[in-house]
Amino acid sequence: MSIDKKTVEYMAHLARINLGDKELEKLSTQLDSILDFIDTLKKVSIEGVPPTSHALPINNVLREDSLAASLPAEKTFSNAPSRKNNFFTVPKVIE
Amino acid sequence: MSYEVVIGLEVHLQLKTRTKAFCGCSTEFGAEPNSQVCPVCLGFPGSLPVFNLTALDYGIKVALALNCTIQEHTKFDRKNYFYPDLPKAYQISQYDLPLSKNGHIDVELKQGPKRVGITRVHMEEDAGKLIHQDDYSCVDYNRTGIPLLEIVSEPDIRSPEEAYQYLVTLKSIIAYLDVSDCDMEKGSLRCDANISLRPAGQIELGTKTELKNLNSFKAVKDALNFEIMRQTQALDGGVKILQETRLWDEKVQQTISMRTKEGAQDYRYFPEPDLPEIKITQEKINEVKSSLPELPHEKMLRFTKEYGLSVYDAGILVYSKADASYAEECMKAYFSKDKKAVANWFNGALLSEANARNSSLSGLKVAAANLIELIGYVDREEISNLTAKVVLTEMIDTKKTAGTIIKEKSLIQISDTGALDKIARQIIEENPKSVADFKTGKNNALMFLVGQVMRKSGGKANPKVVQEVLKGRLTNA
Repeated sequence: MSIDKKTVEYMAHLARINLGDKELEKLSTQLDSILDFIDTLKKVSIEGVPPTSHALPINNVLREDSLAASLPAEKTFSNAPSRKNNFFTVPKVIE
Repeated sequence: MSYEVVIGLEVHLQLKTRTKAFCGCSTEFGAEPNSQVCPVCLGFPGSLPVFNLTALDYGIKVALALNCTIQEHTKFDRKNYFYPDLPKAYQISQYDLPLSKNGHIDVELKQGPKRVGITRVHMEEDAGKLIHQDDYSCVDYNRTGIPLLEIVSEPDIRSPEEAYQYLVTLKSIIAYLDVSDCDMEKGSLRCDANISLRPAGQIELGTKTELKNLNSFKAVKDALNFEIMRQTQALDGGVKILQETRLWDEKVQQTISMRTKEGAQDYRYFPEPDLPEIKITQEKINEVKSSLPELPHEKMLRFTKEYGLSVYDAGILVYSKADASYAEECMKAYFSKDKKAVANWFNGALLSEANARNSSLSGLKVAAANLIELIGYVDREEISNLTAKVVLTEMIDTKKTAGTIIKEKSLIQISDTGALDKIARQIIEENPKSVADFKTGKNNALMFLVGQVMRKSGGKANPKVVQEVLKGRLTNA
């Protein structure tokens, strides 16, 4: 498996990261070696090993449907770059 | 060319838990913007979601009611995308191990019942609400994190009418379970539709479009009808259908392309590391299953069997759980074995009263015994159907019983032949032209004369007796 510059560019766009040409080169090489390692992992026989979706062998961690305190407005908005009354405001994006 | 229409529907359902899916914030509708938020639903670093037990129970309930197979192992995944309504930049959803799969519901259509497959029912969280201003947007995260179920149908639906009936049936089932408000206006039930056309007889599916912004069941039907027309014209003209999302514009009654930027969506799903997987045991499934109420379809079948109702009548009666139990109470109280009269009242006079008052049938608060008393007067031909409707209106307005109203207004029908004969003779004398018309075989003339007698009696004459008396006089004369 090898990864080209175009794929890295695409991924950077999805993650909203701006990468310069040099960074793209560097990351392509680095990601390439990561994928190589994955290829090595793929060679391990996993017959009889149940699939895992979580690192911890625990399940059904659930909570009762009971109310807990929400944040007061001054805390909610304390780090907001911009707000209007009790709304966060953002540049207009219509998808 | 003739085309086959292929429709699949995606319904999003807000569950009416008290708190959000992964935190203890309230789900109450209509609160001050951003007053029901916390570090978890705002996606602050270091916060940890914990899933709501009741949301899981409700999800299992719905899945079972839709005849789905519950998966023994289920987990959450992150669906990644950037949009301001999503503070974490991902939505917690389910991807490859959804709560449940392979269900179906039976939808009653004019041409008979139809089974529509349910591909899957999975759990996810709602996004926030954006309010667009001229040059910026306001964001309210109160809705963010409210538990949702996504209910995906198989592409089994073949017409807008079927889509409409599917939604009506689905909503009725969910309302019976009492797990959601199912209110499209408040957004607790939302629907997207996928539709494609293929030449009749072709197996391969055509290119589909996805319709959004459907704010009522009627909008779903209207948008699908428009889209069938648009796609038919395009295909007939040799124009290719683009796979795209289109918005329904209620004002102009058209779907409009949402020119999304290049490339398909790439959500990069991966398992949500903050939430351990969920195991659902057979005991748990059995426990929820035994707590399910009798569902509309079963109730409908039972009504046809126990009360001899038609599928159509029973189908209307069972739509809402409260109305169905009210109807059943009335049918049980009704003296005759044939319960059709009660169904007629429910689907006729009572329904129009309810519609006029924007109420449910049971919301009219006419006690079963009182309604049956009223029907009794009609059955004994002591009052006419028309008078009975007036009495019903008065019963609802004044809370008096039928007997009291009929006595107070002396509404008892005149069935006495002697009394009616007197009026009939008078009317015949006054309307020689109609009498002549009747004798030349014009049946309308008889109805006119009956009407005149009714009027003269102040609406109290028994129309059946009037007709007989008149006929007797006219044919013997």
